[in-house]
Amino acid sequence: MRPRLRLTEMMELVTPIPPFERFYLDHRDAVFAFLCRRLPREAAEDVFQETFLRALRSYQSLAHGEHLRAWVLTIAGRLVIDDGRRSRPQTHELPEIPVLDGRPAYAELEHLAEALPPTERAAVVLRYGYDLDYDDIAGALGSSPEAARQAASSGVRRLRRKELT
Amino acid sequence: MTVSAALDSRFRDAAATSGALDVGYDVVESPVGPLLVAASDSGVCRISFHADPDEHLEALARAYGPRVLRARSAVDDVRRQLDEYFEGRRQGFELDLDTRAVQPFAQRVLAELALIPFGETTTYGALAAKVDAPRAARAVGTVMNRNPIPIVLPCHRVVGANGSLTGYGGGLHVKERLLRLEGVLL
Repeated sequence: MRPRLRLTEMMELVTPIPPFERFYLDHRDAVFAFLCRRLPREAAEDVFQETFLRALRSYQSLAHGEHLRAWVLTIAGRLVIDDGRRSRPQTHELPEIPVLDGRPAYAELEHLAEALPPTERAAVVLRYGYDLDYDDIAGALGSSPEAARQAASSGVRRLRRKELT
Repeated sequence: MTVSAALDSRFRDAAATSGALDVGYDVVESPVGPLLVAASDSGVCRISFHADPDEHLEALARAYGPRVLRARSAVDDVRRQLDEYFEGRRQGFELDLDTRAVQPFAQRVLAELALIPFGETTTYGALAAKVDAPRAARAVGTVMNRNPIPIVLPCHRVVGANGSLTGYGGGLHVKERLLRLEGVLL
């Protein structure tokens, strides 16, 4: 049997939430670079501000300070998708992009990937749901691009096996 | 790709007006050196002669919540009133103060301290008597030493029984300078 941890020892295992200033300084350039690869400059600046305002509003409810890069890139990724929807020309001839049950691809994928181990799940969702490249994913997970690629592909393999059974 | 200074301050201003910050702070230049100034929704909560924000972020987050961000506009009012004070155009501050992190005894002492007018001094013992603890001059000294909002809460106006300046968090030369500004020392 594993020895039980005392509360103080458990608290030391949890990464504390840094003051928002440190979080912002640590991630602002990565978020802005991520947005600039996906949006025109002006839109990237607007979405940058909205990303960190949303992060600020939800910051109180974080349980710990882990994976904050992945968390803020997820917020940014969602806003990029929303921005794309808003700026797409609204004509009746053009149908919405087909998604299986009316949900966008990333939502579908998050649901599908729910059962995966955390790292694989994050890698799969960031790669295929948000179209991040492996450098970004590595940054988000605090690992190497190669490790991120392996996590995504083993996640996909696991999903395929699940589909077959 | 790095964030431009313009985009950076645009976000910081938007954050300050969003109402979602626990504490906004900035470094304010003054004749007695740079000051760290921090304010919550309820008012000014910290002024420090140690102006490096790195020394304060964790303590501010512990006391007021983790949403602590440098934002110039969050302390506009304090900056303006401090400027006026140092230029000799202001004798009292009209600012809300947030002293929720202060212990009850210190709260009472700071409330009395706030009443000492511009240009006047008192002693540690006299201040102790005001809070019905006449023998607590030393404890009052400790409260002055830990005053979270110096200048606005005028601990520089409290001196030793023999008139000596005794001590000051910002250094005795700052205490002397503030008292000269107020016309106490000539």
